[in-house]
Amino acid sequence: MASTGTSAVGSPAGRRVAWAVLIAVMIFSIFPVFWALRTSLSTNSGIILEPSNPLPPEATLFNYERVLGDPPIEEVQAAGGTGSEFSIFVAVRNSVIVATGITVGQVFFCAMAAYAFARLKFKGRELVFSVFLSALVVPPIFTMIPNFLFMRDLQLSLGFTSLDLSWLPGSDKTGWINTFPGLMAPFFLMTPFAIFFLRQFFLGISREIEEAAIIDGAGHVRRFFRIILPMSVPALVTLAIITYVNSWNEFLWPFVAGRDESVRVVTVALNDFKAQTPGVTRPDWTGLMTATFIAAIPILLLFGVLGRRVVDAIQFSGIK
Amino acid sequence: MTTAAAPVAGSDASTKEPKRASKRSKGPADNDGWRVAFWFLLPSLIGFLVFYLIPTIRAIRLSFQRVSILNPAAASSVGWDNYVDIMSDDQFWGSVWVTFQYVIINIGIQTVLALGLAVLMSRLTESLVVRATILLPWILPNILVGLLFLFILDPTVGIVAQVFKFIGLDPIAFLANTTWVIPALALINVWKFTGYTALLFFAGLQTIPKMLYEAGSIDGASEWQMFKSITMPLLRPILALVMVVSLIGSFQVFDVVQAAGGGVQGSPGDPLGKSQVLYLYIYENAFLFQNKFGYAAALATVLMIFLTVITLLQLRLLRANQSDLA
Repeated sequence: MASTGTSAVGSPAGRRVAWAVLIAVMIFSIFPVFWALRTSLSTNSGIILEPSNPLPPEATLFNYERVLGDPPIEEVQAAGGTGSEFSIFVAVRNSVIVATGITVGQVFFCAMAAYAFARLKFKGRELVFSVFLSALVVPPIFTMIPNFLFMRDLQLSLGFTSLDLSWLPGSDKTGWINTFPGLMAPFFLMTPFAIFFLRQFFLGISREIEEAAIIDGAGHVRRFFRIILPMSVPALVTLAIITYVNSWNEFLWPFVAGRDESVRVVTVALNDFKAQTPGVTRPDWTGLMTATFIAAIPILLLFGVLGRRVVDAIQFSGIK
Repeated sequence: MTTAAAPVAGSDASTKEPKRASKRSKGPADNDGWRVAFWFLLPSLIGFLVFYLIPTIRAIRLSFQRVSILNPAAASSVGWDNYVDIMSDDQFWGSVWVTFQYVIINIGIQTVLALGLAVLMSRLTESLVVRATILLPWILPNILVGLLFLFILDPTVGIVAQVFKFIGLDPIAFLANTTWVIPALALINVWKFTGYTALLFFAGLQTIPKMLYEAGSIDGASEWQMFKSITMPLLRPILALVMVVSLIGSFQVFDVVQAAGGGVQGSPGDPLGKSQVLYLYIYENAFLFQNKFGYAAALATVLMIFLTVITLLQLRLLRANQSDLA
């Protein structure tokens, strides 16, 4: 009947009610983000006068000015701000660095591991794979406690390699705490989910093309780079999106290991900004909502461009 | 893609391996063994050892020590003391109770709503716009979601308070109220995860053959009858799997409590520790309290054992239910 693949059973009236419910759910899903946008365009006095006006009361762009730029402190305080606004640019930049680094490392290294589990034959393969997967049940806070000690004691110069990372912003005498490598490290080399996800995909790739390559004398490295990786682009992109979103949203580890402003990511910066605002008599709602909305923009853009892939990725992860 | 089996450490890989390798004189490919595999596995092996295995061992060792985070070298062994202390720690049991309340409200409501939403979508539309819109809350960082609702639920300028006033009720400071804070936090995460969970269920529903419903409607079965005798039994494996995963995640709630419900050093409206979930209590012991690093490790160990038991129990239930779409 109606759209493909859906079995349109039920009366027309029932369908109308069902659509109404679905649309209500959609509005409900968007509303908080819309409300942040509306509030970010209002003044702090305006939202008190008209707290339920869907359009910005006393519409202004000043909140964006004071969150993004550096207007005179008197004007900021007059608008209800504390003058302690953080640089959202730096926070977004830090998030981009950390999320990009993690994504590149994790997808590549996990693809290598997944290739070994899907295509190579070696003693104890299933055992090693099961042991890797068992890490899925380890709660992050459990490993975070020793990881913090490890990162703190880790010297930037590893001695035998004399790997000098001191040029990175925020590095100091506390090992890898407050450094970008420290923020990325726990997620950079592997996660059980990433290996599992890619192995499933690699297992589904036909071996026939590889057979031809083997006859041509191609070794594993060539087969991995020339055949498996190019044929897995959709899966790699899917995993990259999931990893990027997870890294962008990560809070616990950067909250512990990256408090310094030079490496502080968006989630931690927002939390710190919130913690400062109750200091004044009235919370600086418009400033907070402006920072919140700006912090959401990169992830909303990503979602806007890659929406179909994200949706497919979630559904795929559900049935694989 | 039609079988909805659990992603348990599989043996499906080995069965697909034909006996081809032996035919080739050079014996390439599949017989290289660890010599080749080692290099492909090296990065992830390092990652596993350094960030999973060694920390696990170290955390268990820490749990038998009295340690200050400032000077871990001066740790002293205390045997089972930390675990004995946990037994009589009222704050711990308080946080267990709070976390359980949170999990039950969160998972209960979220699963029912998501299931309803998934069935609704599977009957109405496959529109990408619909699916993307309901997924939107999931893609936002938890901290950000917490802050959005901190404003929405504010008792003076929040929109929910205005709705309450409009229908003649007194506004409630949900996030600063000892009774309401946990239900409010649980509902915030219901908002965040219902669309995501619904998409997982939706994907599962797509694998159910349409003809079953057609046959059902020819036989004059009602929507509810078809839901009960077609949808539920065939969806059960996915339902169970999704519930395991969301249950585990729910027990580890932290970000939203930090952003909206008190959190570390209790910022917005910490209602007398009534939002002190387990993760928060572990965090505070590890990083804020003096000499409690080892105690925090013991708490985390208890949590890990508990979650492992839940997972194994659920996976066993799951396997028992596997033969649905034979």
